[in-house]
Amino acid sequence: MIRRYALTGFAALVALLVLMPIIWMVSVSFMAPGEAATFPPPLFPSDPTLENYRTLFSSYGIGRYLINSMVVSSLATLLALLFVVPAGYAFAKLRFSGRDAVFQALVAAMVVPGQIGMLPLFLELKAMGLVNSYAGALVPWLAGIFGIFLVRQFTLSIPTELLEAARIDGASEGLILRKIVLPALKPVLITLALFIFLGSWNDFMWPLIILADQDLYTLPVALAALSREHVQDNELMMAGSVVTVLPVLVLFLVLQRHYLDGLLAGSVKG
Amino acid sequence: MSLTHIRAEARAGWMMTAPALTAIGLFFVLPALASLLLSFTDFDIYALANLNNLRFIGLDNYQRLVTNPLFWQAMGNTMWFVLFGVPMVVIASLAAALLINAKTLRWRGAWRVALFAPFVTTLVATAVVWNYLLHTRYGLINYALGLIGVAPVDWLGNPSTALPAILLFVAWKSFGYNMIIFLAALQAVPRDLEDAARVDGANAWMRFRHVTLPAIAPTVLLVAILTVAGMFQLFAEPYVMTQGGPARSTVTVLYFMFEEGFKWWNLGSGAAVAFILFLCILVVTLIQLKVARRVGAI
Repeated sequence: MIRRYALTGFAALVALLVLMPIIWMVSVSFMAPGEAATFPPPLFPSDPTLENYRTLFSSYGIGRYLINSMVVSSLATLLALLFVVPAGYAFAKLRFSGRDAVFQALVAAMVVPGQIGMLPLFLELKAMGLVNSYAGALVPWLAGIFGIFLVRQFTLSIPTELLEAARIDGASEGLILRKIVLPALKPVLITLALFIFLGSWNDFMWPLIILADQDLYTLPVALAALSREHVQDNELMMAGSVVTVLPVLVLFLVLQRHYLDGLLAGSVKG
Repeated sequence: MSLTHIRAEARAGWMMTAPALTAIGLFFVLPALASLLLSFTDFDIYALANLNNLRFIGLDNYQRLVTNPLFWQAMGNTMWFVLFGVPMVVIASLAAALLINAKTLRWRGAWRVALFAPFVTTLVATAVVWNYLLHTRYGLINYALGLIGVAPVDWLGNPSTALPAILLFVAWKSFGYNMIIFLAALQAVPRDLEDAARVDGANAWMRFRHVTLPAIAPTVLLVAILTVAGMFQLFAEPYVMTQGGPARSTVTVLYFMFEEGFKWWNLGSGAAVAFILFLCILVVTLIQLKVARRVGAI
């Protein structure tokens, strides 16, 4: 009995330690400017204030970056699903020549990290006139091999007889995809959408490279730039971090089962 | 099934895969291949303005890199992350998974989510948070160390502590992901196997060493491979926390590539760095597979 509580208490302690940076971030964001730069470091604001958030939105235009991030991540999610889902279904269930060879090539290509091609991709998009545009920031998300892999994996479990029956009834392949496959894939589609949204929201290196105009910055790029100018403004930066982290953290907490299940489905590929 | 049906199915197959395959070809395969070609040229800011200034220079970029001490410093820093970071992250995530998987633990789901949460947070934002946590005078970490009598450490301002400090952040940020993978593997280990060992008088360490670890060995390998790839691709961490400093002590290979390409616009040389990075990941992964085969993990 005592061992049982001791172990749970230990787990609680570990969890508290791990969550400490996040708790502290939220707490400091409500402190008055300069309050955190005292010794010993205060854990809670003596007089909670929203001033840092007000400054961020009124003087530093963080609302603009928040909207940019929303737009880029939503579009990335939508477009990626549009590209990836039909492909994943086709690789699982439609018979066409060369299918297995192409799919094997895709799986092999997954070991190549995307950063390898970053410099040529930049030149390619420059030639296409897409540098410094949302379109340029979105492009890598269209080429998501992992998504195809995930969708294919789940589509394989849909009984082929179901699809054959619909075909005999005269349904077109597009209709089968919409009416039979998509409803059956709903859980994995939520998972995949969540992965892409979080991935594009948190992405830093590519938007940093491709977006030159400050008006187009996503939150991480804007926050990194802001943190270089405001090294001393502890409380302001913590508020900026909260604005950046909160949307994805909430999304994760609401949909955590989908996220964690999908993560496992994706990682057992090896 | 009639011939028209088979044709219709094949046509639908190509039509549904065509958009994704085109995107992958244009934005993934083509740039990756072009990277190799680019690395054999002197593509720089003059070529960016006018392609007539572009010349093939064979292996000159590679030759210049291997004689550049700054490149070797970046390689050294990255290898340091691989050497210390991979064992650290693997052990931390396995320990966390064992804790969460313990039979007598209550509220398992809550702890699982709590330990996983850092992984989904935005890297740039939490890197900014850690910058303040690691602050010499007002940071919580130095405060906590002060309580047990350790003098304040200038974590990010000192070349010998900046890498460990960044690694601590990287481990905090990424161990939750591997923990979830380990948890799944641990749940597949039959409980009665462990119970039998317990009846035979094996203590906790012996049960872990001789029952659990052999059963999850392939997962350890998978996690190690994923972590190696992750450690080779660190960029935002030094960019936000130290800007590569102090004295370039935290410049990673990817950071070096970013500087070559987008700060100095030496895209030819940057592409060579990218290719060396890819080869490093490939070689280390192959070595891991070989070692794993030798010790019988797979």
